[in-house]
Parts: sequence; C-alpha cells; structure tokens
Amino acid sequence: MNTTHREVYGSMGTQKSIVRKHTKRLSILKENAAGYAFLAPSLILFSVFLFYPLIQSIYLSFHLTDPRGNVASFVGLDNFTQLFASPVFWNSLSVTMKFTLLTVPAGIVAGLLLAALTHTKLKGMSIFRFIFSLPVALSVSTSSVIWMMLYHPTTGMFNYFLSKLGAAPVQWLIDPTWALISISIMTAWMNSGFNYILLLSGLQGIGDDIRDSARIDGSGPFRTFFRILLPLLSPTVFFLTVVSVMNAFQSFGQIHILTKGGPAGSTEVFVYSIYKEAFVNYQFGTGSALALVLFAMILLLTWIQFRFIEKKVHYQ
Amino acid sequence: MTANRLLRASLIYFVLIIAATIVLYPLAYTFLASLMTSEESSVYPPKLFPSGFYLGTFRTVLDLVPLQSFIMNSFVVSAAIMAGQVLIASMAAYAFVYVAFRGRALLFAIFLSTMMIPWEVTIIPNYLTIKSWEWLDSYQGLTVPFLASAFGIFLLRQFFMQLPRELFEAAKIDGCGHVRHFLRIVLPLSRPALASLAVYAFLNAWNMYLWPLLVTSSDKMRTVQIGISMLQFEEMTSWNLVLAGVSLVLLPSLLLLILGLKQLVGGLTAGAIKG
Repeated sequence: MNTTHREVYGSMGTQKSIVRKHTKRLSILKENAAGYAFLAPSLILFSVFLFYPLIQSIYLSFHLTDPRGNVASFVGLDNFTQLFASPVFWNSLSVTMKFTLLTVPAGIVAGLLLAALTHTKLKGMSIFRFIFSLPVALSVSTSSVIWMMLYHPTTGMFNYFLSKLGAAPVQWLIDPTWALISISIMTAWMNSGFNYILLLSGLQGIGDDIRDSARIDGSGPFRTFFRILLPLLSPTVFFLTVVSVMNAFQSFGQIHILTKGGPAGSTEVFVYSIYKEAFVNYQFGTGSALALVLFAMILLLTWIQFRFIEKKVHYQ
Repeated sequence: MTANRLLRASLIYFVLIIAATIVLYPLAYTFLASLMTSEESSVYPPKLFPSGFYLGTFRTVLDLVPLQSFIMNSFVVSAAIMAGQVLIASMAAYAFVYVAFRGRALLFAIFLSTMMIPWEVTIIPNYLTIKSWEWLDSYQGLTVPFLASAFGIFLLRQFFMQLPRELFEAAKIDGCGHVRHFLRIVLPLSRPALASLAVYAFLNAWNMYLWPLLVTSSDKMRTVQIGISMLQFEEMTSWNLVLAGVSLVLLPSLLLLILGLKQLVGGLTAGAIKG
C-alpha cells in the first residue's frame, strides 16, 4: 500500500516531502490500528475476566455482601482485621505452608533424581521416560478418587500392604496427624510428571558435549552431576521451584475431594478457606479479602525467590 | 572397569524399576480393578489381578452415570478453550512481535504480569459476572473466561521472535499486509509451538476443577472432572464401578499424552526457560 502511494506521488517534485510525511503518518496510524486489532480479543477478555475482577475483588473486600453478591454495607478494613484476628486464618496459613514444604522440595529432588537417571544412554530409557511422564495427564479429581480408594482405612490397598508387612494400619485421611501427609504424598505423585518432564528437557538442553568433556577430564558421574550439570540446570530448577510454590499455594481439588479441609481443619489450605467463605457461607466480602491476602503472599514469596535465590542461579 | 560399569547400570535399573512401580501402581490398580467383576473386587484379601478380561463394569457404570455426556461436555469445553487460546494468543503474540504500535512494551509488561495473579483472586467477581449474565450452567460460562491466556501469548511470542526476520521484510516489500503475513507465513512456520500450546491448553481445560464445580449445577452441563468426583458420593459402593469410571475418563488424556508428549516436552521448556 505504502509503496504504491509513493510510486504515484513520487515524481511530483516539490510536494514529495509533504506527501512522504503524510504517508508516513498514515502508515504509523495503520500500524497502531493493526496492533490493537490483533490485540483486541485478548485485551477485551483480560479486561472483563482479569482486570475488572481484580479491582472488583479489592472493592468487595471493603464491603459486606448479601448472599446474592450485592454490596450491603461499607465496612472499611474490618474484613481484614477480622481475618487477622481469626485463628482459622492462621491455621489455614500454617497448613498451606506445611503443605508447600511437604510437596515442593521432595517433588523437585525426586524429579531431579529420575531425570538424571533416565538421561543416560542405557537401553530401555524411553520406556522409563514415558512412565515417569504419565502423571502429567492426570487431573486432580481422577488422582484424588484413585488415592481415596487406596487410602481407604479398611479395604484400601495401602493398609492391606501394611498388614502384609505386619505393621499397624494407618488412618490415612481420618487421623489429623496423617491427613495432610497423605494428601501431600498424593499431590507429589500427581505433580511428578510435570516436574520430571521439565527437568528432563532442561537436562536435554544442556547437550552431551559438556558431559563428554567432563568425562574425558576424569570427572565421575556424581561430580559431573553436582558440579557441572546441576549449576547448568539451575534456571530450570529455579523456574520449577517458583511455579511449584505457586501451585502448592493454590491447591484445592484434592482437599475438596479427599478431606473437605478436615479432620479438625488439619488440611484446610488457603484456597479451601476462600471457597468455604465465598461459596459455602456466601460471604463474598471476606472471601475477597482472603483471596487478596493470598495474592499478596504469592507475590511476596515470588519476590523473595527472585531476590534471594535467583542470585545462585547460573544463566549461560 | 566393566564390572564397575555393570554394577552401576544395574543399580540405575534397580532404582528406576522401583520408582516406575511407585508411579505406575495407582494407575495399574485403577485399570486392573475396573476389569474385575464386583464379586472379585469385594473379596478380602483384595485381589491384585482380575481373573479375566471383564468389560461388564464399564457398561454398568455407563448405565448408572451419564459419563458419556460428561465426557462430551468436557470435550466441547476443552476443544473450544484450546482453539480460542491458540487463535487469540497467536494474534496477540503477532502484534507484540511484528507490529510497531504505541504502548507495545507497556502492554506486554502488563500482560506478562497477569501471570502472577492467582486465579482465585478473580474467581468471586467472575462468578458474580457469569451469574449476572445468566451464563451459569452453560458452555459460554465454562469457556469464555479462559479463552485468553497470558502464558500462551508469552510462549508464542518467544517462538515468533526466533523466526527469521528477513522473511517478514521480504513479505513486506512484496506488499504483503499483516493479516496475510500472519496467516500465510507466521502461523504455518509456528506449527510446533502452536501444537504445544494446544496440548497444554487442552489438558489444562480438561482437568479444570474449581470453576466447573462452581458454575455447573445440572448433570447436563457437568464436566467429567466434577462427574468423576461425584461417583463416590453416589449410592454405589462397588469400587470397581468407580474405578471403571475413572479409567474411562483417563483414557482420552492418556491418549493425548501419547500423541503430544514430544510437543509438550520441547515446546514448554522453549517458552518457559529460555525466556
């Protein structure tokens, strides 16, 4: 389009520069129009389902609502002060922290071990790679239902295996000291596929030449892994840590299906509290306040990780 | 040396086989139990393997629960979200890479920062929005809020940046506009990245739990994930029935994984790590 303009007007001597300026402005205008046209669907969807709700959440958190979601009265910061004064809030915070500590480090270490072991040139590795990737296809509800069967106190397989070993049965989901651990085991299993895929592709990205030259230099497999591969893999490990912590803080499905937050609140993670407050008790105001606290915590945690841990990450 | 190496290899296989057993056992248990008759599944001590290849349980569970319609709903919803995300994200990514418009850097930063917003923060207002539009219990309510994805935009942008710039310049000189350039050059060249986003979007949508739980209330609109968690609350205590239902639900995602694993492995890391 621009070129044809220029071809037509190009010969008209004195007007040339004016016309060129004009076509240039026109083309800038057209670029802007094109840019926003391509962005329009995302912009509209983000505005309606992300930016507006974010502002609306802040608005709701300063109000009390009726069960239909209409604002009843302005309460200022009361929702937040009530929250910080309630033992339920501190309980769900500590449950979420424990859950994160139980699932994230173990999941990453296990994923690293499996990725390192299957990143060898031994026979049959592709079968193992497929097996370890499998859990990525599982949803939280199918995993939870399967494990609910396995955890069943009288007819579950785990207690059957324990009895075979001569051990006393465990009340996996019913005993308050075990419930969160049981849910963490199931979660670690469910997430292992994603961790494994990510770490394996990270390892594959490093390339064989580095490993080969390390071997030629006389470095054993353990030394090569810890001194050379692990530092090179640290961007992936860091990414995985950030994402896993976020995911752990946002877990909901397995708790909703397996324990409903019980027994005695021992598995009531943060998102479950939000769900209960907003969609069981219909307190949208306090529910929003809780959700914003979650947002702030995730932001803070991510910031801490970037600020302090990323320094140790080795970027090529 | 060779003895040493043999020892190491067998040690590796030993660890891998144990790990594979742990990872596979819950899945194997599910599929094996769904092949048992109800008598077999209720004996004590529990049987590890079914005596035969009994498929009746699948029929019974399909008669008891409208699993077909749950699977259909999930499929429609996931396919719509997948198509929408791929199209909308590739358009936005195209704009960020190839169109020089005002506010590009700022908008990209804003889009990227939305990845930090946990979905739970928006869930209450979104639920109220969907409710006020009377979209509860409808396909629109299940899909529209998920059609745009900042992750998808970011992933595709990284990929588009790697495409040779000269192609774009050459096309521009030939008088090729943005729409044609986008449809004829950028999209066909980006097939691997589009495929990995498609697999990722489909799996995520298929596995969605909290949102469908909130916005669907009738069996007609229920997605498979909510349907499956309802199985155990139904009046049936036969485990093999529940597990047969789980197996049926698992099959499509496992199939997709087998077909799309390569795409997923290469694609996700390209976007996520080398950013």
